[in-house]
Amino acid sequence: MESLLQAFVTAFRLLTSFDADLVEIVLLSLRVSLMAVFLAALVGLPLGGWLAIARFPGRRIVIATLNAMMGLPPVVVGLIVYLLLSRAGPLGWLGWLFTPTAMVVAQFLLIMPLVAALSRQALEDLFEEYDALFRSLRVGTLGVVQTLLYEGRHRLLTTLLAGYGRAIAEVGAVIIVGGNIAHVTRVMTTAIALETSKGDLPLALGLGIVLLFISLLLNALAALGQTRASETVTP
Amino acid sequence: MTSILPLELRGVGFAVNGNELLADIDLRFEAVDRTMIVGPNGAGKSLLLRIAHGLLSPTAGEVQWHGPRASDPSALGTQAMVFERPVLLRRSAQANVEYALRCVGCDREVVTEKARAALAQTGLLSVAERHAFVLSSGERQRLALARAWALEPEVLFLDEPTSALDPSATRVVEEIIEAIANAGTRVIMITHDLAQAKRLGDEVVFMNRGRVLERAPVDRFFDAPTSQEAAAFIKGELLW
Repeated sequence: MESLLQAFVTAFRLLTSFDADLVEIVLLSLRVSLMAVFLAALVGLPLGGWLAIARFPGRRIVIATLNAMMGLPPVVVGLIVYLLLSRAGPLGWLGWLFTPTAMVVAQFLLIMPLVAALSRQALEDLFEEYDALFRSLRVGTLGVVQTLLYEGRHRLLTTLLAGYGRAIAEVGAVIIVGGNIAHVTRVMTTAIALETSKGDLPLALGLGIVLLFISLLLNALAALGQTRASETVTP
Repeated sequence: MTSILPLELRGVGFAVNGNELLADIDLRFEAVDRTMIVGPNGAGKSLLLRIAHGLLSPTAGEVQWHGPRASDPSALGTQAMVFERPVLLRRSAQANVEYALRCVGCDREVVTEKARAALAQTGLLSVAERHAFVLSSGERQRLALARAWALEPEVLFLDEPTSALDPSATRVVEEIIEAIANAGTRVIMITHDLAQAKRLGDEVVFMNRGRVLERAPVDRFFDAPTSQEAAAFIKGELLW
């Protein structure tokens, strides 16, 4: 009990003194996940928009697959990216393994399906609402997707926050492809896992508190986005 | 100005899973007159309007625009439609009108000007910056009309534009429709309100069970309907 209390005290000291190691780890986490969510938005939002309006044979299968991929196990994604990026792998020549880039790739693969699937759901509802208007104004496919993305902006922001939350809290994929190398690929989750197993509880706790805080903040923002969105649903 | 009219529906039918919802519709709309489409619920009025506007393809027959401008690819915005429940985008009133103008390829420099003119004509200038979803029902329908009017359509289809509105809002909407028609737009409108049909229409198309039973000038239709069904409908009797 004594040592646990001691750990908390040290953790708070690390936080309040902006300990260099801790700050570095937090910033890398934020950076990697931000990049991953940015790329996931770049691919996932148009993909979701297109799936919301396109009608083709096998569409339901694609959507079901995408929905299922929302729950991809991070370690499996990590393993696949590892195999692709390892020296013997097809993308080994890139030299990305054990770099933040590899972590971005892994997190991108984890959350892109989530972004695409959730945005598809949100945009399909909107599409039903606006279909007649689009036809009446003879809006082309690209214009429809653009309009839907804009009209659904609040719900899509919530989707991106959910993606960011999943990316930053995930440990299995980044520890495999990043390797948890100090000052290079060590992020909050991998550091917590390592420090805990080493018995260095203060740093683990300090990082845990930051991570918890970020998660709460993201969820609060998402809830706020949700309210904004529900304020602007059908009158 | 060259026109896309007349519009002709020839042998138009629409069936879903073998159920005939519309059948044998032969109608020709010339460039004059205001047409009121009336008939009981389920008569196929909305379906007919959607097919005429091109939102749906008929399963039988064809819809043809015969005017010299009909085949002109730049003939965008030559027809517009206002729905029973206004379909508005999640942005300001003015942005809603501007969106439609941009969709039909309106010049960028004049989009704002045209949008504001349309809002002024429908008495919405004071709420131009307000989010469309905080407007009242009447204002929302007026906004839908402003959006349609801004496109300067040759033909305007209206699907029961006042059915959800109170009497005063209805009057305002009727005045706007009147003004649009007077400005030279061909109005083809569905209404449940027979008094409204008398007020706004030149001619009546009466539909029942997916067919057009009668087409006559307003006065003659209400004074001396030729079909039994129309006579019963005017008297407010149920049609089976």
